[in-house]
Formats: sequence, C-alpha cells, structure tokens
Amino acid sequence: MTSPADTGDRQAPERQQVYWQCRRGMLELDILLQDFFHRAWDGLDAAERACFVRLLDYPDAVLFELLMGHATSADGELASVIEKIRSDPDP
Amino acid sequence: MNIRRRKFDALIIGAGGGGLRAALQLARADAQVAVVSKVFPTRSHTVAAQGGVNAALANVTPDNWHWHMYDTVKGSDWLGDQDAIEYMCRAAPRAVYELEHFGVPFSRLADGHIYQRAFGGQSRNFGGEQATRTCAAADRTGHAILHSLYQQNIRARTHFFDEYFAIDLVCDGEGAVLGAVAMEIETGEPILIEAKTTLLATGGAGQLFRTTTNALINTGDGMAMALRAGIPLQDMEFFQFHPTGIAGKGMLITEGVRGEGGYLINADGERFMERYAPNAKDLASRDVVSRAIAIEVREGRGCGPARDHVLLKLDHLGPDVILKRLPGIRDLAMTFLHIDPIEQPIPVYPTAHYTMGGIPTNRFGQVVVPEMQSPEEAVEGLYAAGECACVSVHGANRLGGNSLLDILVFGRAAANHIIAYLKDHRYHRPLNEESVDRALARLARWDEPGDGERVEDIRAELKKVMETHCGVFREQTVLAEGVEKVKALAERMQDVRLRDTSKTFNTARVEAMELENLIDIALATVQSALARTESRGAHSRIDYPERDDQNWMKHSLYFRDGTLDYKPVRIKPLTVESFPPKVRVY
Ligand SMILES: Cc1cc2nc3c(=O)[nH]c(=O)nc-3n(C[C@H](O)[C@H](O)[C@H](O)COP(=O)(O)OP(=O)(O)OC[C@H]3O[C@@H](n4cnc5c(N)ncnc54)[C@H](O)[C@@H]3O)c2cc1C
Repeated sequence: MTSPADTGDRQAPERQQVYWQCRRGMLELDILLQDFFHRAWDGLDAAERACFVRLLDYPDAVLFELLMGHATSADGELASVIEKIRSDPDP
Repeated sequence: MNIRRRKFDALIIGAGGGGLRAALQLARADAQVAVVSKVFPTRSHTVAAQGGVNAALANVTPDNWHWHMYDTVKGSDWLGDQDAIEYMCRAAPRAVYELEHFGVPFSRLADGHIYQRAFGGQSRNFGGEQATRTCAAADRTGHAILHSLYQQNIRARTHFFDEYFAIDLVCDGEGAVLGAVAMEIETGEPILIEAKTTLLATGGAGQLFRTTTNALINTGDGMAMALRAGIPLQDMEFFQFHPTGIAGKGMLITEGVRGEGGYLINADGERFMERYAPNAKDLASRDVVSRAIAIEVREGRGCGPARDHVLLKLDHLGPDVILKRLPGIRDLAMTFLHIDPIEQPIPVYPTAHYTMGGIPTNRFGQVVVPEMQSPEEAVEGLYAAGECACVSVHGANRLGGNSLLDILVFGRAAANHIIAYLKDHRYHRPLNEESVDRALARLARWDEPGDGERVEDIRAELKKVMETHCGVFREQTVLAEGVEKVKALAERMQDVRLRDTSKTFNTARVEAMELENLIDIALATVQSALARTESRGAHSRIDYPERDDQNWMKHSLYFRDGTLDYKPVRIKPLTVESFPPKVRVY
C-alpha cells in the first residue's frame, strides 16, 4: 500500500521528517498523504514543499475535511497542493 | 551503557484517549507524569472514531446502566468479564459528563441535553426495543475527545515525549516493571525513562491484516512489549471485521449502503447473498456477510484482475438516493478509487476493525498473569488500558460506541490505582541493567548494515497471510497453514537488514521494529484461533460452527514461547445477578 521508507539511499533527514508527519490517526489520511509524498515530494519546488508542510499542521479531522473537498482552507495557497493530493493518478 | 535517563512517577506509553485520560488524572493528583507517543498526540488513532461513546444517560429514550450491561455481556457472546462490564457501564454517565467539563462539545438536543444516537446491539429492558445510547460530538467525537484531553494535559503540566518510539519495558530482578527504553525518532538516540509505574495505552493491531480500517500506527507495539516481558496476551483470536471495506485499502463502507438497497455481486454478476442468507440477504449479520464474501473469493468468483474482492452495487438506486442519502460514501469511492458509485459498483472486502484481545488486566487496570494457583496475579508496577488491553469488557465481540467508553473508564481507573500505589511506593527501585541492555540490543540490531530481506516485503506477506489464513474464513487446515506461514516469516525476519542505517529521522528503523511487533502478535492471533475449536462472537470457525460453553467459556492466554493457557471468565458481577449464557440472536 505504502512505499518503503528504506529506499536504500541515505535519505535527507528533513525529507524523512515530513514522511513521518504523514503518519496520522486516520487511515484515509495515511493513504492520501503518504501516496502523495512518495509520488510527488521529490518533484515539488520549495514553495510547494512549504505548502505541504503547512497543510500537515492541521488537525486530522480538519485535514480530512480539506482533502475530501468538504471544506476549503482560509489559506488560499494550499488549494493547489490539496488538488494535487486529490488527483492521485493511480488510486 | 551510557544513555540519557529521566525519572518520573508514572510513564504512560500512548497518547490516545486511554493514555491521555490516565495522564490527566495523574497530573491533577500532582504525580509527575510522562507520556510517550510515536506520533504527535492528537494524531493518535482515537481521532478516527466518529460514531460516539455509549452511556445510559436516557436523554432520548428510557435507559439505565443495567440494560447497557446486559447488551455488553450479550454482545461479548458471554466472554466478557461481568465485573468489569458492570463497572464500566455504571461509570459511563460520569465519564461523559467529565468529558463535557473538559470541553468536549457534545451535540445537543433541543432541550439542551447531550444528543444521543441509536447503534446496533443497544436495547431497552434486557433485549427489548432499540435503545439510544451513543453520545456524539457531531461526527468528530474521537477528535473532540483527544483534543480536549490534550489541552487539559498541557494545562496540568503533563510531560510529553512526542515522536518517541517505545522499544521495550525494563524491570528489576523480581519482575516489577520500572519504565521503558524509547528512541527519539528525530535523533535516533535511545532514552531510558524510569518510572515507579508504567501504563501501556498503545492501541490496537489492525495493521496485522492487509485490509483494515486502522491507521498505519496501529501495529500493536504495547502488546508485543508485554509478550517480550513474559506476559501472555489474552483472547487474541477475537478480531472484529466489518464486511465491507474498500478492497485493498480498508476504509469502511457503512451498512447504510446495503440498508438503502445496495447489494453484493460476484464475478458472474450473481447476487450471491441470496444463497447464503435467503431471507436477510445482504442485510444478514456482519459475520455472515463477511464469511460469504471470503468464500466467494476463495472459490474463484472474486472480481478484478486478482479476483480478490466482490462488488457492492448501488447504481440501481439512482443518483437522487445516492446524492441525498449516501454522499459520504460517494466521496470516499471517488477519492480513493476514482469511481462514481452512481455509475459503477464499489470493490469491497471484509476489513479488520478492532482488536478485542490484548494485555490481560483487572478492572483496576493492573496487568495480571497466572502464577502458581492464581490465574490473575498483578505484575507490580505495570498497567494497561484501552484497545491494547483486555480487561475484558468486549469479550468475543465489541459493541459500537463501547471502545471509547472503555478507554475513558479504564484509563481513569488505572490512574486511580496508580495514585494509590504511589502513596505507598515513594522511591524508585534499582533497575536490572540487563533489561536495559536487552532493549538496547533490539535497537542496535538495526544498525547492522547489509543486503538481506526487506521490511516491506515481509510486511506485505504477513498481512496477506493473516488475511487469508486468520481472517473471516477460519478452519483447521487454513489456520494450521497460517501458523506455519507466520513462523516462516518470523524466521525470515532474522535476515532482514536495513539499507539505510543512519540515525537522524530514520523512519525505516521504526518500521522494522513495528514489523517485529506485528509478527509476534500475528503468531499469538493465529495460534489462539487454531486452538479455539468453537465459534463465538467474532471468531467463527467453519468446522466448529456452534458456541461451546461447556469447553470454551474461558479466556485464552498466549505466551511468547507458543504455549497456550486458559482462565475462567469472571461471570460474577459486582452487585447484581450474573447474566447466564443464552443463544445470541438479534
Ligand atoms: C475508523 C474507526 C472508527 C471508530 N469509531 C468508533 C466509535 O465511533 N466509537 C467507539 O467507541 N470506538 C470507535 N472506534 C474504536 C476506537 O477508536 C479505538 O478503539 C480507541 O480510540 C483506541 O484508543 P486507545 O487510547 O486505546 O489507543 P489509540 O488512540 O490508538 O492510541 C495509541 C497511542 O499509542 C501510541 N503508540 C503506539 N505504539 C507506540 C510505541 N511503540 N511508542 C510510543 N507510542 C506508541 C500512539 O502514538 C498513540 O498515541 C473506531 C475505530 C476505527 C478504526
């Protein structure tokens, strides 16, 4: 389901820290966030990474509403990263 | 060895509802409390509970704790301990009012009282009409409880070790538990937390199975720590499954879909439930539907390229019904499968939901083990509460809304016992340093670099083996093969090496230790299931379809060396007459 943490290369600690922040209390979030992380993190630019990290600060219940499209964040910059998470090409 | 050391009165491992309720009670009693959690506390799994918490408040329909107790005993298929169940049901209203004081914003009725909803298994008058017993804070009850308890703990100055992974318990020469060794995930450095008392509140083990509703953190770490400390695990064969999880992912598709007229089909497009339950069909009880799905798949009538699931069809209900009554389900299917159920059926498979078994405790939260003549001797200094514990109020089957209640009531009860214990035990006892070395060795093992087997391969196989051999389809040969396969995986685990052995934020090390824990618990689960030759609650055996009170109204105890022992169910409640076993029909 999720990709391995042990990819063989020495991973940048910041990257692994973000990976661990994708571990949540709800399975739905685990799947959406970790899939996105493995699929997209390495290709994000600095601004997008900062947005993703900001998104991870939300409490689980709010994050769930945001990622399910039931609510929108007051932080407009998050919209595009939320859209990217939701548009998993290979669910 | 020279490692960082801290000392506290009480160490709580786990910051879900159970751990935080206990911590708050202790901190308010001026005990020095440390809480260790591998994720930030409010990301604990309790946050996922949406339905609510049971208490006989009688705000909507008449109710009382005694009816609640009856329902819980019956729900447990008479494997629950009736003293603990009475205690929990009596304590429930207070637990809910306390939450209200802590700031949980319960939904309200028009008259201002706490809103309550009806759940399955709730009755009035000992099996009569439907009762309405579940208190809810909208559909965010778990979130509200966790956040309120966390805030209160911050105020009460509980000390949090966030993102620390507990590795193993430490003890003295006489077996008293004196804290634990943990690893700070950020630095990879170990820390020894010495404590006069230790409470395990590490949650369930849904990650044993490929398809589960449980978050990735639910790897049963506390249960495995207890096993390694020589403590048996109780009733591990009882794992609650829900018939319709999203195939390959696990999220729950509620019964409501079938209630609205949705039904299951196999690869031939056949509405197969008509064969298994001609009357109730798709609305037959959870275990019947779950088993039917598993049989369809086993017999080659599964859907998809791997033929590993069936389909839940609801397009015939029409867009109006789906949009109006099942919007949440449509969202789930669209988000996780990119399927619109208005047009296409949803792939489903039974999903593992709740661990009824766990670390044996009494109703004071003390961990108890058989010793000499007594089946339940307390392990000094060690407590457990919540889903990792088996107190046992859920017996063979948990009722919805009773597990949030369990974590609150027994989190508090354990803390009260600890407070009393601390009065008589003012000083830290000397540790057996060997127990520290053993825990450190477990960590050091992951520093050996190499090219062996990979964690993710073994984990994926384990989850598949457990689903196939210890899921909802259980019989002698299937289970016996399961035992052999899990043992083979345990062997292969010896050869696992990490490619990245660095320390800082090396999450692979955490995942490797979680997998070790899962393997121990898998063995406990499948061996206990193989031994129990009856069907009771969630444990249903094709080859032994009846409940057998004569031989099996007893708790299983699995020890790490593979031996099994049994102890009687406590059928005597505290103050009322006991509920004798009856056939469990709804
Ligand atoms: C989808 C879903 C919905 C549910 N809905 C309901 C409901 O409506 N009503 C109800 O009553 N029940 C419900 N349940 C069940 C209920 O949510 C859980 O049984 C309960 O929340 C468990 O709480 P806990 O405190 O025991 O553990 P958890 O909340 O799981 O917390 C475990 C804690 O232990 C920590 N931990 C674990 N291992 C380690 C380690 N090695 N080192 C450090 N820390 C560790 C974790 O970080 C976490 O803080 C639901 C369950 C699911 C899956």
